Amino acid sequence: MTDAILDLRNVSKQFATHRAVTDVSLSIPRGAFFSLLGPSGCGKTTTLRMIAGFETPSSGEVWLNGQRIDHLPPYRRSVNTVFQNYALFPHLHVRGNIEFGLRRQNASGMDDRVTRVLDQLRLEGKESRKPSELSGGERQRVALARSLVLAPDVLLLDEPLSALDPQLRKQVRAELKDLQRRVGVTFLFVTHDQEEALSLSDQIAVMNRGAIEQTGTPQEIYQRPRTRFVASFMGAMNWIGDVGVRPECTRISREPPAGNSARPGTVTAATFLGSYEHIEVELQGGGSVIAQISAGENGFETGQTVYVWWNPSDELGSCS
Amino acid sequence: MTSAAGRLQKAFLSPAAILMLTTLAIPLGVIAAYSFMTRGAYGGVEHPWTLENYTRLFDPLYGAIFLRTFWISGVATVLCLALGFPLALFIARSGSRKNLYLSLVILPFWTSFLIRTYAWMFLLRDTGLINTILQGLGLIHAPLPMLYNDGAVILGLVYGYLPFAVLPLYATLERLDATLLEAAADLGANPMTAMFRVTLPLSMPGIRAAAILVFIPCLGTYLTSDLLGGSKTILIGNLVQNQFTTSRDWPFGAAISVVLMIAAMGILFAARREGEELL
Repeated sequence: MTDAILDLRNVSKQFATHRAVTDVSLSIPRGAFFSLLGPSGCGKTTTLRMIAGFETPSSGEVWLNGQRIDHLPPYRRSVNTVFQNYALFPHLHVRGNIEFGLRRQNASGMDDRVTRVLDQLRLEGKESRKPSELSGGERQRVALARSLVLAPDVLLLDEPLSALDPQLRKQVRAELKDLQRRVGVTFLFVTHDQEEALSLSDQIAVMNRGAIEQTGTPQEIYQRPRTRFVASFMGAMNWIGDVGVRPECTRISREPPAGNSARPGTVTAATFLGSYEHIEVELQGGGSVIAQISAGENGFETGQTVYVWWNPSDELGSCS
Repeated sequence: MTSAAGRLQKAFLSPAAILMLTTLAIPLGVIAAYSFMTRGAYGGVEHPWTLENYTRLFDPLYGAIFLRTFWISGVATVLCLALGFPLALFIARSGSRKNLYLSLVILPFWTSFLIRTYAWMFLLRDTGLINTILQGLGLIHAPLPMLYNDGAVILGLVYGYLPFAVLPLYATLERLDATLLEAAADLGANPMTAMFRVTLPLSMPGIRAAAILVFIPCLGTYLTSDLLGGSKTILIGNLVQNQFTTSRDWPFGAAISVVLMIAAMGILFAARREGEELL
């Protein structure tokens, strides 16, 4: 853990009416793209706000770069936040927004630093625009620029893609990953979108009901979920007893396959989804599963009797 | 818009339009007409038409009264803003108690302004509450001259118009996005810097509205200066009042009113041109 830049040790947050975060411990490696993933209300934003300094932990410690920071006000912490709605200052133009933090530090070489970040985020020529005159994507880049120009130890991003329209989101996602590699700043990214977390992160911590369920690489989280919650949250999942199988690993055929134990069932729905089809099967003896197959592969029909099977190596184990 | 909806709109707007026309536009027209006429021997107005009422205003005596009025109104406005801003900020950040505090700000309106001004006289005069207590405690040996001076007039104006400053300031501050203050702190601004770099600039529409709502009525005030001011503290409002009462010079009073009105409209126009929105 020596190369952890940010350490949360048994952090809890109790609000007047409810407990938002329970005993969260996290160790975020220097230079990593780290995601906090979970459904809304799971405590991920409260965790982020405790790191930024907008909330004080009820118990536990926050360490940044070997220094305990949980008692410091936000303006004394070397972390910066990209807010969900970006929170750009509407009375300042782009340059004023980017210079805001530098002016507080009386930083030297301000013009050079601003020029560099404008270039990194493709904002040249927009310096004298007001936030209201920018597109959603441009506003997001100004929010990033305003924080990154301060070279924070950790950049906190609170669902920064959720305010963008879906078309733009995928493009910006790729740019964000690229930006993080180029600037080398540690990113702590909060999201409820598992696809975002999987595609961007070096490491993911999945949160549920104020606690961390599992921490690991995207592959570990997706392929070896340790809890039923993680398994279901990371993607569609068929549960056959205690065994979880992803739809894309679930096989169906008209005849029982040789060598594999298969379960008979009846097709209840076949949904065409472009490049693939979802076949919903009601198993004999109860339960229903979805199998994802290539479109046009077989042409299963409603009411047909089929056999459902999977390779034991694709089982996600008996999750607790 | 269909013509039926148009007619309906006219029908609903007409009472207000008629009221404004009869109680505002026509009297203003009468005042403007009077200002170009000659005074009657026992009040009222007579022919011929003249510009003399306006040329008389170039007398330095009246210039001094205008200057004094603008000065006192300006000081009262600045004080109202200085006192009103922290109060409005406090109320805007009071969560569920906002409405309680707002009602307290408006509470003085339940009593007549005249009564409240008399109350100040009882407090401030030589034999008033404050002087009596201070003398009783032996802190002073002669009464402090707190009444009948400019200070008393400014106090009365600030007291009377503070709610007019607080309400628009509150409206602006209450709408201010709290995330912007978090962003300021996040970028290294301590609370004081955030106040001057974020809160204050973003409250400018409210500050402008508050300044206008206090300054313009102060210009026309006569009750406060009449009761709390000394014989030397005559303001434009008192001058106008005198012309219509003791001096029986209606045309001159009308001319002063017209000039004051034009000055007030000029200020409004200047404030509107500088800012993107007004009130």
